[in-house]
Amino acid sequence: MCTMISNTVGIRGAAKGRPGWFGVTQATVAFDHPVNGGLEHAVLLDFSNYDLDPGARIAVELDLASARALVEKLTAAMAAAEAGGYAPDSETWH
Amino acid sequence: MWNSFRTDAQVSIATQIITYPGGKGDQIHAYVARPQGGGRHPGVVVVHHMPGWDEFYQEFTERLARHGYVAICPDLYCRFGHGTPDDVTAKVRAEGGVPDATVVADCGAALAWLQAQPDCTGKMGIIGSCSGGRHAMLVASRVPGFAAVADLWGGGVIASPDQLSPARPVAPIDLTKDLTAPVLGIFGNDDRSPTAEQVNAHEAELKRLGKAYEFHRYDGAGHGFFYYHTQAYRPEQAMDGWNKIFAFFAEHLKG
Repeated sequence: MCTMISNTVGIRGAAKGRPGWFGVTQATVAFDHPVNGGLEHAVLLDFSNYDLDPGARIAVELDLASARALVEKLTAAMAAAEAGGYAPDSETWH
Repeated sequence: MWNSFRTDAQVSIATQIITYPGGKGDQIHAYVARPQGGGRHPGVVVVHHMPGWDEFYQEFTERLARHGYVAICPDLYCRFGHGTPDDVTAKVRAEGGVPDATVVADCGAALAWLQAQPDCTGKMGIIGSCSGGRHAMLVASRVPGFAAVADLWGGGVIASPDQLSPARPVAPIDLTKDLTAPVLGIFGNDDRSPTAEQVNAHEAELKRLGKAYEFHRYDGAGHGFFYYHTQAYRPEQAMDGWNKIFAFFAEHLKG
């Protein structure tokens, strides 16, 4: 890695790619060279399940402003869900 | 020089994917390209970049063979499983990258593989770009036997203490005293990793320790300006850079 900026967290959920839906077990957030887009560096999001194979991955590459906007909307949606009583802490993915 | 062969010369290469015993004796893949037509040639270990053991690096390896080198490009991500280069790279990234010790062992083993080839002269170089540039500097400082090292915009040659980790415990610049091979550096002045200031600091350390080196800096170019498959490509600067590589390896490996 060039920047060495990479953080991985275990998650529970599902993602849809070309083969269809599959369970995802981890998310990686990195800031490094993207495959697309012509930027030297970008925010790289990977939702993956490497217990399946390296191709079991949903990849998203974003510029920094888009990543910040996404974080804002994620945070807003979670706050609204909690405020509305739709998301008790006990409810987890299974 | 690129594109300077005689049209009546019998210039051709052979390529193959091999497995060879890398670090800890693990069988790992490598892309090998070698000149055809007999004779013995210098060898080059080619260290792929962060985006992986990809098509660009296969073609990079072939280009060195066309210019008279037996070139081997180990798949440093081989132990992480197989898929498309970008998928394997993502898995490597998720797991924190390849430990430096593994890279040194695999590249050292690639050097040994070259030394055992009957069509190799025994004079060996190492080259890499991006993370591979850093790795080339690291390996050349750790493994004796290289007669030339080329660092193409290697990010992380200089690292602050918070950037060091168990997988990358030492910044390559701190191993400069152990380096015996002359260094070629190729850099874009608009790069952010390494920055122009970091390139200057790297050069200052080489100079301070009396090491043989030549650095070439290009205006109008950033990171990865050889990469013709990306928008970073700068053809004029890239082709000049390639000719610097050919001249440097010819001087130190063919001379």
